Amino acid sequence: MTKSNFQLELRTSPHVKRGVSVERIMLHVVLALLPVAAFSVFQYGLSALALLLTTTATCLLAERGINRMAGRESTLGDWSAAITGLLLGLTLPPSFPLWMAAVAGLAAIGLGKALFGGIGFNVFNPALVGRAFVQAAFPVAITTWVPAFSAERFMGFIPTTFTAPLMTPPDITAWAKQAVDGFTGATPLARWKFETYFTPAQDFISGAATASAGESTAVLILLGGLYLAARRFLDWRIPVAVLGSAALVAWAFQLYDPARYPEPLFVILSGGLMLGAVFMATDMATSPVTPKGVWIYGALIGVVTVMIRYFGGLTEGVMYAILIGNACVPLIDQYTQPRVFGAQRGKA
Amino acid sequence: MADMPIAAPGPQTSSAAMIRTLGLVATVCGILLVLTYQGTLEAITANKRIALERAVFKVLPGAAGMREFYASPAGVVPAAGPVPEGAVKFYATYDKAGALTGVAAEAAAVGYADFVRILYAYDPARQVITGIGVVSHRETPGIGDKILTDKAFLANFAALDVRLAEDMKGLAHAVKTVKHGSKQSPWEIDAISGATVTSKAVGRGINDSAQRLLPLLVPNLDKLRSP
Amino acid sequence: MAIPGQKELTALENFMEGVWKQNPIFVMVLGMCPTLAVTVSAVNALAMGVATTFVLVCSALLVSLMRRIVPKEVRIATYIVIIATFVTIVDYLIAAISLALYEALGAFIQLIVVNCIILGRAEAHASKHPPAWAASNALGMGIGFAVALFALGAVREILGAGKLFGIALFGPDFQPWVVMVLPPGGFFVLGMWLLLFNWLRTRSPAAGAMKPVEGHGHG
Repeated sequence: MTKSNFQLELRTSPHVKRGVSVERIMLHVVLALLPVAAFSVFQYGLSALALLLTTTATCLLAERGINRMAGRESTLGDWSAAITGLLLGLTLPPSFPLWMAAVAGLAAIGLGKALFGGIGFNVFNPALVGRAFVQAAFPVAITTWVPAFSAERFMGFIPTTFTAPLMTPPDITAWAKQAVDGFTGATPLARWKFETYFTPAQDFISGAATASAGESTAVLILLGGLYLAARRFLDWRIPVAVLGSAALVAWAFQLYDPARYPEPLFVILSGGLMLGAVFMATDMATSPVTPKGVWIYGALIGVVTVMIRYFGGLTEGVMYAILIGNACVPLIDQYTQPRVFGAQRGKA
Repeated sequence: MADMPIAAPGPQTSSAAMIRTLGLVATVCGILLVLTYQGTLEAITANKRIALERAVFKVLPGAAGMREFYASPAGVVPAAGPVPEGAVKFYATYDKAGALTGVAAEAAAVGYADFVRILYAYDPARQVITGIGVVSHRETPGIGDKILTDKAFLANFAALDVRLAEDMKGLAHAVKTVKHGSKQSPWEIDAISGATVTSKAVGRGINDSAQRLLPLLVPNLDKLRSP
Repeated sequence: MAIPGQKELTALENFMEGVWKQNPIFVMVLGMCPTLAVTVSAVNALAMGVATTFVLVCSALLVSLMRRIVPKEVRIATYIVIIATFVTIVDYLIAAISLALYEALGAFIQLIVVNCIILGRAEAHASKHPPAWAASNALGMGIGFAVALFALGAVREILGAGKLFGIALFGPDFQPWVVMVLPPGGFFVLGMWLLLFNWLRTRSPAAGAMKPVEGHGHG
């Protein structure tokens, strides 16, 4: 059998008219992510650049090494490992030590992807599996934040970046305080949870809010998402369902107690919700294939995120919400199969 | 034997044979158990005693001897006899001359994962808690287990106020864990930043235990001094 | 006393069976509860391995001695009583030797009684073989179990605490991998060892399950 370029899209009508290869979609996802990555480097300087390069390189090397060990063809050409690496880097704090970032990259490809059989077979988003692994392994380093736009960010690195492998990163509280005046060391979500302080929305647009490397650039993430949705490389329903359900739940809570609960805009702009909704929940291998299922899946992620943020021990819940959503995908797909035209209910 | 076909059972074993075998097994095992129990009893009791003394002496340094008591509504009695109703166990330590140096008791409360069990030292003269030691916990390593090592947190227990109220029925001020950096009164515990749940468990455990023990203990302190 | 249809094993093969070819953890994947729960440090893992070996050998010996007088209707009850006895003995012994170790192992000493390796060996091997054979096979199984537990415990202690047998390996600045001493770490490390063993197995086609001699080189 000759290898055909035509891909079967697992969706009900309307069907795509032109064959779109996995490589092409993935390449465009990389392109859509590049502005986010570039802005992240602009915000945090050389350390963010080193972080993104490390995660991407580790993911590519791990993919290559595992393919070689398993005696399979190289799959670097499909760009998916590069996306995993780039996304992983964007979800980590800019000060994250590079050796830990490499561990995260190995876990992402090894645990999150290769164990399940490679691209298309993974149950969970590989980048989030990698992040969940280091969140459990290094809970302190992954909640150590640094300010954006420090004056000397292109002159040198954050002191924690080049921590020797296996060693504890140095304490950078003092460094962060002198780098930018008035830096509190807490994310807007943490400040809301523990101090009931509402960070203004413009901080999320300008990138001034304390966050992971690629989380505080809402406009660029949205633009990337719009581009991909317009080219039909991602399902626009998923981000709409995630952000919409989160905003709806947040709005209901705010009606109930405006002094305690933030406004919906804060909820969808803060933390990693925007990045997760646009680039991670939409991963084709780990999201449902039925139109109804997509709405259920997105709403589940949005609601679980807000529930973890409001009532959980952690300040941020997007990562676990998407992983929970991924785990529910087979179930959602099974219960939302569209009825074949003319078939009767109950008679499969 | 398990692979043998069930369709062809051997001759029926008599009940007497089964009872004989089980009886023999039970006898052999019983003898083995009794021998082991007797052989190890002394060592186990000594081990437990040493472990307890080590824990108590750690929170009450400078003590030379220790005795166990029960405090109950009926008064304070040495722990050797029968357990009175509503009793709370505690330990009193003495210096070389036999003078009372302090009291220690156990406290427990649910933390992030399972019970956090601690031992706290009480100074009857000043009516304050003078130190804590952790007996057992299953909190997250690196976060919750800071209650063992965090110097600022342990400083809360240098002189934690547990004075009794006027009516002697409870503490004048309930022991309370407050958010990191907001301790204002001597009966408050400053939580560890990032380990609030575990810190609160310690405070709750101490409060529960002190509220029960101290009203029973304080009126009977003389019994500890003149044993 | 070999089972019909199975070839007679030599004394060494009988002993090595549990160490390599039928390793309770890496090949049979039995007794996962203590395997995952107590292997947070090398000392705990070794103590658990030794305790289980003791119970395995003693119960195999007693079961084998009584194999002719135990009616098949009550054999499971008999085995359970025998196993429970030795578990209780080991429980007392550990408490007498070290209270700290006893508390670290917690309920898992008592739970040796439900470890399927022990009842499985009593039923499948000890009840059909003379005492010396039963005991040596049980000893092999116990050693295989202890070695596998140690392999898990060592990796988890090195990564989770930077220590081995409580001795710091990397100096005071070591960053512990908290996940390794939590339950998921047990699964990860076990998975990695299973991966390694299966990989080694598939790499050398001659080292199939039918050639126990192969065990000498590795065991």
